[in-house]
Amino acid sequence: MPALKVDNLAKTFALKKPLFGAASTGVRAVRPMSFQVQSGETLGVVGESGCGKSTLARMLVGLLDASEGKIEIEGKALDNADPAKFGKLIQYVFQDPNSSLNPRKTIRQVMEAPLKRLHGMPRSEREARVSQIFASVNLREEFLERYPHEFSGGQAQRIGIARALAANPRIIVLDEPVSALDVSVQAQVLNLLADLKTEFGLTYLFITHDLAVVEAVSDRIMVLYFGSVVEIGDARRIFANPRHPYTKLLAESAPVVGRPLTAPEQKGTELPDPLNPPLGCAFAGRCPNATDLCRTQEPELEPVGEDQLAACHHPIQD
Amino acid sequence: MTAFLKLLFRNRLAALGAVVLSAVLILVLLTPVLPLQNPDITATADRFQKPFTEGHLLGTDHLGRDLLSRLLHGTRLSLAVGIAAALIAATIGSAIGIVAGYFGGRADNIIMRGVDMLMAFPYILLALVIVAALGPGLMNALIAVAAVNVPFFARNIRGITVGLAGREFIDAARLAGMGHIRIILTELLPNVLPVIIIAMSTTVGWMILETAGLSFLGLGSQPPQADLGSMLGEARSALISHPHTSVVPGIMIFLIVMSINLLGDGVRDALDPRLRSGALSRPRAMTLVERKGEVPAPTDDLLAIQDLQTQFHVGDRVYRAVGGVSLSVKAGECLGVIGESGSGKSVTALSVMGLVASPPGVITGGAVRFQGEDLIGASYESLRQKRGDRVAYIFQDPLSTLHPLYRVGRQLSEAIQSHHDIPTAETQARAVQLLRDVRIPNAEARVDNYPHELSGGMRQRVGIAMALANEPDVIIADEPTTALDVTVQAQILSLLDDLQRERGLAIIFITHDFGVVAQLCDRIAVMYAGRIVEEGPTPSVLEAPAHPYTKRLIACVPELGGGQRALAAIPGLPPLVDDLPPGCAFASRCEKAQETCRTGEVMLKGDASRAVRCHYPEEAI
Repeated sequence: MPALKVDNLAKTFALKKPLFGAASTGVRAVRPMSFQVQSGETLGVVGESGCGKSTLARMLVGLLDASEGKIEIEGKALDNADPAKFGKLIQYVFQDPNSSLNPRKTIRQVMEAPLKRLHGMPRSEREARVSQIFASVNLREEFLERYPHEFSGGQAQRIGIARALAANPRIIVLDEPVSALDVSVQAQVLNLLADLKTEFGLTYLFITHDLAVVEAVSDRIMVLYFGSVVEIGDARRIFANPRHPYTKLLAESAPVVGRPLTAPEQKGTELPDPLNPPLGCAFAGRCPNATDLCRTQEPELEPVGEDQLAACHHPIQD
Repeated sequence: MTAFLKLLFRNRLAALGAVVLSAVLILVLLTPVLPLQNPDITATADRFQKPFTEGHLLGTDHLGRDLLSRLLHGTRLSLAVGIAAALIAATIGSAIGIVAGYFGGRADNIIMRGVDMLMAFPYILLALVIVAALGPGLMNALIAVAAVNVPFFARNIRGITVGLAGREFIDAARLAGMGHIRIILTELLPNVLPVIIIAMSTTVGWMILETAGLSFLGLGSQPPQADLGSMLGEARSALISHPHTSVVPGIMIFLIVMSINLLGDGVRDALDPRLRSGALSRPRAMTLVERKGEVPAPTDDLLAIQDLQTQFHVGDRVYRAVGGVSLSVKAGECLGVIGESGSGKSVTALSVMGLVASPPGVITGGAVRFQGEDLIGASYESLRQKRGDRVAYIFQDPLSTLHPLYRVGRQLSEAIQSHHDIPTAETQARAVQLLRDVRIPNAEARVDNYPHELSGGMRQRVGIAMALANEPDVIIADEPTTALDVTVQAQILSLLDDLQRERGLAIIFITHDFGVVAQLCDRIAVMYAGRIVEEGPTPSVLEAPAHPYTKRLIACVPELGGGQRALAAIPGLPPLVDDLPPGCAFASRCEKAQETCRTGEVMLKGDASRAVRCHYPEEAI
């Protein structure tokens, strides 16, 4: 049984009805997408700004109501958005560690909230549990009585991770957990996340825009473009052996030590207009291989090669 | 708390307000035990006694009542009503504001439109209507004044709440299983409370005036009960013949309202974190220079930063952001400056053209020489002429550096015209050409766009075009691609590379990304805690890093193609620049550190082309 099963999940943000004329259909931030995450797996989600990765994350933890589709966690369907119901199964680690902590609460108050509200744990047990979690994220217990502004970004992110762990979830959605951190601290946090995963038997959904980071932590990687999944595949192969032209473009754009500087070949850089989405493949306008078929018909996600899936009419072959 | 009081009393006027207000408060609190005459006993024979007559220190009113006694009892009543009204208005108004701001959407719309309707009435008219409906009396006046002030609190607090409700800690609280009421009470309320208190402290005075106004009109306190407004109202008919009867309550109202307002302003200023840090004070046009020691001699580099020291003086603390940095670029060369946040790389860049905000920034030593001329000691006019003309900047966030209300073409023209006397028609044509140079498609049409109509990558191209506008000799690029997506970053980098080659530009490129410097820069300087720890040609620094920090920093950056793995993290944190350790700043995180590293100053060893600041370098240089 997969830890997380997402079936045709989609989100459309309604627009205001104009004074005259009919209401528009709204902006489709996430187009219907289906995927599964196996228990104990780390699924990396990459995409550029505006690809719908944060909207997806917020739907998965119940902070946003899905427009259609369903979310199943370990076989249990969660249909209405209620963070309190989701909280025990799936938790969220925020991008900005400092703004995700209430500046006027001590760390102990922050840590105890999920224990008290989600698990109804009595005070005596709470204290022991908080100490145990703090030990596993390598934070000193004296930090518990302090306020968030006294912490550096890396420490605050550890506290954010500790809070997610306190709910004792099965799955943690990590939304750009290291983007706000310096590189030397980033590595500390990434290693900690890997250790915690083994220790608590967690399943991760790791969202980021950094290809090198996602490759270092993931088992499988899902590439999003304009609200749709364009490619899913094994983390070791997907960037070395991309099937979708967009994945190839991403991999070639990442700055790598020792690779000479050449702008990757492509037409235009603009994303399609979300208010007026193109008919066929959203990437057709930037794609070197686009044909008339691409401009009229939206490609389906189909297996290409042994364990990769790509949504492309003309996938790249070896 | 003591820090807050110290800050508050540094403001002389606020201190004066506090003293006057406390005196008044002590007086009215003691009123019941003071040996005063009964304020309501009339003695018409003694009417209109002058002040300082025997038995009546402040004289008597038109019914022969003792003015001092009436004044103190009246003040007591007025203050009580004013404070009670402020508390009621603040409680109801803030509750409305928090609910509207937290729930948003339709609830917000309905509540706030209701509040708007309340605000549409002139306040005194509204108060009169309420009193007319409820009947005169001090209690009803209190209700009227409170009701009139509810919208003020509701709107203020709603604005603050909307900002807070979108913050991530509210989402985090929902994920921790908290309900709406608990989130409002435990997450939002503690964060808006300071704002409520500040708003109250600045409105109490106003409410006392409004209550006095209603009493003056005979709608508040009823005779014989005295409050400041009714005392004034009763004295009005004798204003000319016996002025002291109106002057006495008048002065008291003046003192109370004035002291409350002065104190309230002081409290607001002392609590506002932006004021405390000095962020709201207007910075000077150039960074303050207080150089001690000798100015280094000129060199033949195009731009040379020589032993530059820049500090931030905040209160008693001194942050040594840049502690003696020397860098130089020649024409056609690209120098990469790499470091983590707080390493001083941006401050170094801003110091070149005196752009560090002062206060709190101060340049305390060294020199910056452009073609031999020292820019640190230069006059403002000389700096202004070079800013953007000879040395141009590209910043990280093009959305915040472009003016949102002007078309990009006009901003480019302005950049040219501030240095050269060229007619607008020509600069417009030049603007189109510049946009073409940075490969913006359809430049003729794009020149009339506003910044918000362009994508992030296009905006950064405009930022680069603006830096190129006057064909500068040096461009300082401070993390120009950090905010961009990777596909866009690749294009911007290759554009910068081409421009540098075509025009023989010198570029100082500041970043935290090794991949970017490796592709773009000829030489690299690595900064740590305000100093350069290693410098050298790009391939040599990246392939054979000599400083342990450089080596470990490169190792902990994941690189594409490396597969799933544990990363070699550096334990610990960089030191704070207001509390730098003696010796090497990296010693506490370094495996190779010895006693010598923790004591004496470590000098930069090597020559201009390859140098390292370490006693035990990884590679011999």
